[in-house]
Amino acid sequence: MSPQKRVKNVKAQNRTSQGSNSFQTTLSAWKVKQGASNSKNISKHGQNNPVGDYEHADDQAEDALQMAVGYFEKGPIKTSQNKDKTLEKHLKTVENVAWKNGLASEEIDILLNIALSGKFGNAVNTRILKCMIPATVISQDSVVKAVSWLCVDKCSGSTKVLFYRWLVAMFDFIDRKEQINLLYGFFFASLQDDALCPYVCHLLYLLTKKENVKPFRVRKLLDLQAKMGMQPHLQALLSLYKFFAPALISVSLPVRKKIYFKNSENLWKMALLAVKQRNRGPSPEPLKLMLGQANVRPLKRKWNSLSVIPVLNSSSYTKECGKKEMSLYDCLNRSGSFPLEQLKSFPQLLQNIHCLELPSQMGSVLNNSLLLHYINCVRDEPVLLRFYYWLSQTLQEECIWYKVNNYEHGKEFTNFLDTIIRAECFLQEGFYSCEAFLYKSLPLWDGLCCRSQFLQLVSWIPFSSFSEVKPLLFDHLAQLFFTSTIYFKCSVLQSLKELLQNWLLWLSMDIHMKPVTDSPLETTLGGSMNSVSKLIHYVGWLSTTAVRLESNSTFLLHFILDFYEKVCDIYINYNLPLVVLFPPGIFYSALLSLDSSILNQLCFIMHRYRKNLTAAKKNELVQKTKSEFNFSSKTYQEFNHYLTSMVGCLWTSKPFGKGIYIDPEILEKTGVTEYKNSLNVIHHPSFLSYAVSFLLQESPEERTVNMSSIQGKKWSWYLDYLFSQGLQGLKLFIRSSVHSSVPRAEGINYNNQY
Amino acid sequence: MDSYDVPESTPSASSRPEDYFVGATPLQKRLESIRKQTSFIPTPPRRKIPQCSQLQEDVDPQKVAFLLHKQWTLYSLTPLYKFSYSNLKEYSRLLNAFIVAEKQKGLAVEVGEDFNIKVIFSTLLGMKGTQRDPEAFLVQILSKSQLPSENREGKVLWTGWFCCIFGDSLLETVSEDFTCLPLFLANGAESNTAIIGTWFQKTFDCYFSPLAINAFNLSWMAAMWTACKVDHYVATTEFLWSVPCSPQSLDISYAIHPEDAKALWDSIHKTPGEVTQEEVDLFMDCLYSHFHRHFKIHLSATRLVRVSTSVASAHTDGKIKILCHKYLIGVLAYLTELAVFQIE
Repeated sequence: MSPQKRVKNVKAQNRTSQGSNSFQTTLSAWKVKQGASNSKNISKHGQNNPVGDYEHADDQAEDALQMAVGYFEKGPIKTSQNKDKTLEKHLKTVENVAWKNGLASEEIDILLNIALSGKFGNAVNTRILKCMIPATVISQDSVVKAVSWLCVDKCSGSTKVLFYRWLVAMFDFIDRKEQINLLYGFFFASLQDDALCPYVCHLLYLLTKKENVKPFRVRKLLDLQAKMGMQPHLQALLSLYKFFAPALISVSLPVRKKIYFKNSENLWKMALLAVKQRNRGPSPEPLKLMLGQANVRPLKRKWNSLSVIPVLNSSSYTKECGKKEMSLYDCLNRSGSFPLEQLKSFPQLLQNIHCLELPSQMGSVLNNSLLLHYINCVRDEPVLLRFYYWLSQTLQEECIWYKVNNYEHGKEFTNFLDTIIRAECFLQEGFYSCEAFLYKSLPLWDGLCCRSQFLQLVSWIPFSSFSEVKPLLFDHLAQLFFTSTIYFKCSVLQSLKELLQNWLLWLSMDIHMKPVTDSPLETTLGGSMNSVSKLIHYVGWLSTTAVRLESNSTFLLHFILDFYEKVCDIYINYNLPLVVLFPPGIFYSALLSLDSSILNQLCFIMHRYRKNLTAAKKNELVQKTKSEFNFSSKTYQEFNHYLTSMVGCLWTSKPFGKGIYIDPEILEKTGVTEYKNSLNVIHHPSFLSYAVSFLLQESPEERTVNMSSIQGKKWSWYLDYLFSQGLQGLKLFIRSSVHSSVPRAEGINYNNQY
Repeated sequence: MDSYDVPESTPSASSRPEDYFVGATPLQKRLESIRKQTSFIPTPPRRKIPQCSQLQEDVDPQKVAFLLHKQWTLYSLTPLYKFSYSNLKEYSRLLNAFIVAEKQKGLAVEVGEDFNIKVIFSTLLGMKGTQRDPEAFLVQILSKSQLPSENREGKVLWTGWFCCIFGDSLLETVSEDFTCLPLFLANGAESNTAIIGTWFQKTFDCYFSPLAINAFNLSWMAAMWTACKVDHYVATTEFLWSVPCSPQSLDISYAIHPEDAKALWDSIHKTPGEVTQEEVDLFMDCLYSHFHRHFKIHLSATRLVRVSTSVASAHTDGKIKILCHKYLIGVLAYLTELAVFQIE
């Protein structure tokens, strides 16, 4: 028992390490990229990784299964008092694992032996047989061993029947069949048994090769038919024999009959689909849909077999068409080409990139990361056009809200979109077909169906002129945006942030690689920057209105400020000559927010704006020459205005003088006497609680706290306290924008550089 | 809600929209044309009335007769990759083997073996609008009779044909590796269409989509076909409207004597040789108001599902029957336009 378990564990390890290896060759490239760009987000939101727990649970199940298999191997313990209970427990374990993940071929080997050796009762044997579901494959040897048990007659008739049914159902998952075919004679002899006959017929139907068809067998079959009458299973076998050896069978058989064996008798239908799924690897076809009845499927279903995405086949088929005219040169040339089926690794792709046999259906590249690489670097017009047409038409055909009452396929469509998005992430590039699809489908979209996928498609729109795309996409999106929930608004902002990021990445790459690559868009830098700035202004407009509609929701402000965290750093992070400030509606909402994290984020953004503008100014001075991308003084003025307001509120306690100007008379009417310092770092509604806990920390026994006591030395301690509470944005802002070593409650000398 | 307007943009560089796409790739151009299509009305406001026989001289009259008076199911088809007219014989052989293999799923079939079906590919010479249109071709599946005494050419099991009439807009956008035959018409069991379609999709990396005709396009057909001069009318002009009500939908059929329809059209029609959107709308409105006067039913609130005239009849499901030899090309030209619109 124990050595076996060790073996098993090693195997399990191998399996996982293999898994990760293959992962590396396929998707790691973009995962890493994604990781880099998202790492900030992840650390910020502090996501927990649930994978650990999950693995743990899996380990436990594995152990329980080992124990159960061991128990069955030992056989029933007669003396044990609670024998039934233990047996039941172990059976349950095996059943659970089998139906969930399938059993390894070693486990099937052991359990099959047990079920057919008659160690346990009939009921137990039946239950064991019913859950003999392979994780991936069944070893041929296990089957041969099992059949040998049938010869010694240890098991009941019903168990035998069940075994044959199982064998038929699992036939496709047996790794090899040569040995089993050698037992053909034995199976054929079992036809005698009336109860077994239909199932044995089915098995033989699957097993028969041309050399198995012998005159004596034909006679036997005809005898059986004479005895039992026209049975569909016998007819099936006979028609197969007739197909292989028409000369031997002169009986006429009904030609039209198509179904000889009823699939409804299959006990393992669900399990089989699951195994197929596992064996095929991650597939775009969800399990549920493969079960869908044929009649509800639209016409196309029947056309393209199972999956939406065609299977990868090299184009030799097409070449074959011209076979007659093929010269010797072509023959030699062809042998030099590299078949896709053999393409397994990236180095292979590099070595054979000049002589790759392209797939016969270009759509199949969507599931193959290596070929996606190929598609990405090849600028071959026919290749791209074939892919474009396929993807456009498939999206149009699959799109569920084009058709009424077609929501059964929703899951399938979602999966298809997911596959496309995976490919786009992998390539870090959007497909034109998807953009064209969005033009057509966005006006009809309800904003609910496949929301996450749809918004991701939006974020992968290839870079283009914003004013051209706006009426086609963004105007429709705006309608949905304003009329939907706050969560929808946040998701839209999130995807627009990603869109901005993708455009910026693309542009920054494009500028630096221009001499090398043959860029698809021959744009001027000014034009590109104009388009990006229009996108940012558009999001600014959406945000301003949304903040009002959602009455300054903190949640929404977070998403808006996330967007501006990208915007403020364009000059430094992407090396692109663009600084766009946020609109006043956003700035003041954030500044007056009741949430300290919003204010902190605002401080961080202001700090980054400052860095970017300073860098831009420095570059201008260095270059001296009048570049076309000098920022207008308006941008600097705007920034200074914001800065003055912020410092006035938070630091100098002169909130409404410069920056936000409010007439003193109006302020008096409000009846708030101490309005001047009510928005500084101590009294600002989002900081007040910090100030109180700071004071309580200082002197916990105090009954009343005196806010005005935070002055002089205490002021800087208080600041250190704030910084220690995670307000890093505030720290950066104060360090860079407020130049004061000895802060006082008022009259600090802050120095605005511009 | 305040209006959206873009403040003065930060970079001082000026840019006009046309600066953007100088020397764009064909894919980019395609996207451009889609943008235009999507932002404006999808169909041009005016079309030519189908002219008298525009068929080329070398058309085989027998083949044309074969295409008429049959109900065809319409599909749009993306361009065929590496299709060659010189390989039609070879395609017949391969498709033949493919069909047999599909029908006996799971059993290996040797290419070139004798089967009881026969596949024939043949060109429909002259079936084109302009010289640039690629040649149309026909695929037929015949059953071969088992007995040698009988006529070897058995009955036709399935027919399908591919054509492109005035497909200039599509032809301009693809390279010579592709053959553009955007309109596919099939007659026969759908299971056969599926098998053959699958073979074409696998072999030429193309894509078939069912081509439905919406009510808007059906009214265009009604107007254009009524406008055609027909020597003797073989059928009444008939419209079918569907009223969505449960448990069963209600159909309203509206038949008019073709000469009356023509008279109505002539009273509306102004520009010779052309049909405009206003004329189409007016034509339908007249029919609606006439019906309303008699039955107090607003047909405009229902859905037009079928139009039949002496020229042709079309159903919204994408089924068409062409009756008049003279206007074959004209009917196909409009269908090609719809198919191109669907694949663009």
